[in-house]
Amino acid sequence: MSKQAQHWEKTRGLLMMTLAIWFVFSIGIFLFGAEMNEVTGPFGYPLTYWFTCQGSLGIFVILIFWFANRQEKIDEEFGFSERGDD
Amino acid sequence: MIKGNFIDNLPRVYGIYTGGFLGFIIIMAIGEQMGMTAKTIGICFVAFTVAIYAIIGYLSRTAQADAYYVAGRQVPTVFNGMATAADWMSGASFVAMAGGIYFKGYGYMALLVGWTGGYVLVASLLAPYLRKFGCYTVPDFIGTRYGGNLTRFLAVVVLTVASFTYVTAQINATGTIASVALDIPFQYAVYVGLISILLCSMLGGMRGVTWTQVAQYIVLIIAYLLPVFWISNKIGAGFFPHFMLADEVARIGELEQQFGFVKNAAADLKTVPKGLAGITKAHSAVNATPWGFISLALAMMMGTASLPHVMMRYFTTPSVKAARKSVGWSLFFIFLLYSSAPMLATLSKLSLMDPNLSTGIIGKSIADVQAIDWYQNWNQANLMFVSDFNGNGTLELNEFFMGGKAVVLATPEIAGLPYVISGLVAAGGMAAAMSTADGLILAIANAISHDVYYKIIDPKAETAKRLLVARVLLVVIGFAGATIAAMEIQGILGSVIWAFDFAMSGLFFPLVLGVWWKRANKEGAIAGMALGLISGMGYLIWVRSGGSGFLGITQLTFGIFGSAVSLVSMVVVSLITSEPSAATQRMVDEVRVPSGKSILGKQH
Repeated sequence: MSKQAQHWEKTRGLLMMTLAIWFVFSIGIFLFGAEMNEVTGPFGYPLTYWFTCQGSLGIFVILIFWFANRQEKIDEEFGFSERGDD
Repeated sequence: MIKGNFIDNLPRVYGIYTGGFLGFIIIMAIGEQMGMTAKTIGICFVAFTVAIYAIIGYLSRTAQADAYYVAGRQVPTVFNGMATAADWMSGASFVAMAGGIYFKGYGYMALLVGWTGGYVLVASLLAPYLRKFGCYTVPDFIGTRYGGNLTRFLAVVVLTVASFTYVTAQINATGTIASVALDIPFQYAVYVGLISILLCSMLGGMRGVTWTQVAQYIVLIIAYLLPVFWISNKIGAGFFPHFMLADEVARIGELEQQFGFVKNAAADLKTVPKGLAGITKAHSAVNATPWGFISLALAMMMGTASLPHVMMRYFTTPSVKAARKSVGWSLFFIFLLYSSAPMLATLSKLSLMDPNLSTGIIGKSIADVQAIDWYQNWNQANLMFVSDFNGNGTLELNEFFMGGKAVVLATPEIAGLPYVISGLVAAGGMAAAMSTADGLILAIANAISHDVYYKIIDPKAETAKRLLVARVLLVVIGFAGATIAAMEIQGILGSVIWAFDFAMSGLFFPLVLGVWWKRANKEGAIAGMALGLISGMGYLIWVRSGGSGFLGITQLTFGIFGSAVSLVSMVVVSLITSEPSAATQRMVDEVRVPSGKSILGKQH
C-alpha cells in the first residue's frame, strides 16, 4: 500500500473516532435527556441541563483541538506536514 | 509605537484597541454621573464603534484579488478564530438567544448544542480540505471538483438562497438596534445599518471584513459578559455565574411550583401585544421529546458545516494545519458567549420572579408594577406587558409578558445597572449583527463575481474589473437585503434557522462527498444540489401551507428531509453514471494530503 493510502486510512480512522465522540455528546446522550436530568451534574446543575449549557459545548471545543493535534501527528508520521509556522 | 508589518503586530494593535474601548466605557460612565442623558450615551456608543469599524475598513482597502477574496491567506489562527466567532454570532445569537432559553428552556437549547457541535464537522470533514484546495469561494470548490459550469452555478444558487435568507435577518437586527439607539424610524435605520455594514467591506473585501470582525468580536464579547458577571454579583448569585448558579436554577424550579403554570384563556391572550410571551415552560426540566431535540440539533449541525460564509473564513489561514486549529479557536470564542446565554436567562428570570429580591415583580400588585420606571420604558418599547386577567389586583406568573429581546436588552436596567451598560449592550448587538451581515453579503457577492462573472461569463476579465464587479454586487445585494428587511416579513430567529436548513439541503453532501468519496461525480453533484434544495424548499412550503409533515420534521428542521433526498439522489446518480476522470481522482488524492501546492493557484 502506498504511503498516501496508508495516510488516508489513518486519517479516516481518526475521523471515525472523532465523529463517534461527537455523536455521543451531540445526539446519544439526549436520547436519555429526561432520565439524565434526575441526576445532579457538575457544579450542582441537573445533568442534562448542564450538558446543554456547558458540557457538550465545552467537550466540542476540546474535541476539535484534540483532533487537530492527532491529525498533525499523522501528517508528520508520513512526512506530509507543511513547513512554516502557523 | 507600531513597527514592522501589521500581521506581526496584531496582538499589540488589538490590545491597544481593547484598552481604548474599555477607556471609552469608563468615560461614558463618568459622563453618566455628570448628567449625560441615556439617549446621548446610546448614540455615542453606536456612533463611536461604527466609526472605528469604518476606519479599519478604510485602512484595509486593497486592489489585489487574493487580498480581496481571502485576505491574502495570512490571518493567524487565533485572530481568524475571533473573526469567525463574530462572523458566526449574529444579531440573533446576541439579542435573541438568551430570550429563547428564557421562554422555551430545554427545547430551545438544542440550538446551543447544534450551533457548536457543527464545528466538529467543519474541522474534521471539510475546512482543512477546502483550505488545501485553495479556492476563493465555496462554489469554486464545487465547480472545480466536479467540473462544469452547471455545478458551479447550482452551488451559487444554493449559497445565495441560504445566505440571503440569513442576511435580511441581520440587516433587520442592525436596523432595530440603530433605530432604538439613534432614535430614528426603523425604515431609515435599516439603511443606516446597511451603510455601516458596507463601510467595512466595500474597500477591503475579505481583508477589511476580517480585521473589522476581530474588532467587533472584542466589542460584542465585552458587551455580553460584563452585564452577566455584574448582575450575578449584584444579586449575590455568585462572582463566577457559570459555576455558581445551581442554587438559582433550583430556586426557579421551586418558584415555578409555587406560582404554577396557569394556562391563559384564548380571549385574554388576544389582548397581549404581538411578539410578547409569558413564562409557560419549566426552566431546567426536559420539555422536549428526544427526537424533537435531536432533530433540531442535527439540522443546525449539518447546516453549520454547509454555510459558505463560515467555511470561507478558513480559506484565509496561512496553512491547512492552521485551518484546523483555527476551527478550535473559533468554537472557543463562540463558547464564551453561548455558555453565558443560559446564565443570563437564569439571572433575568430569577430577578423578575423571586419575591425575595427587590427587583421581583411576580406577586406584587399590578398598580405597583405599572408604576416602575423600567416597566414603563419597556412597555412603551412594546417589549413588556402586564394585565390582570383574574382581576385579583396581584401580578401572577401567567399575567406577565415580555419580548424575547428584552432578556438581553432590559435585564441590565431591571437589575439596576447604570445606563452605560445598556449603551454597551446596544453597541454589542450592533457589532454582532454587522459582522454577520458583512460576512454574508461578502459571501454572496464574491460567489457571484468570482464564480458567475469571472469563471462563467468573462474568464478574461482583468483584476481591476473583477474587483469592480465584486464591489458593485456588494452594494446591490446589500440594498436588496435592506429593502426586504424593511418589509419585516419573518421574525429575526425564524429566518436564521431556515438559512441553515437551506444550506444543508443543497450543499452538505455535495461538499462532504467531494472530499470523502472519490466516486462522486458531476451528475451526482448536480442531482444532489438541485433535488436537495428543491425538496427541502418544497417541504417547507408544504408545512407552511398547512401540511402535516412526517417523521416529526417541522418547518425548522426541513433540512433533514432535503439533505436526505440530496444524499440518496447524489449516490444513486453517481453510481449509474460513469466514474470521474483520472485527473479528477488524482485531484481528490491531492486534496487529502496537507503538504504540497494547493489545487488552484494563488491568483486564479
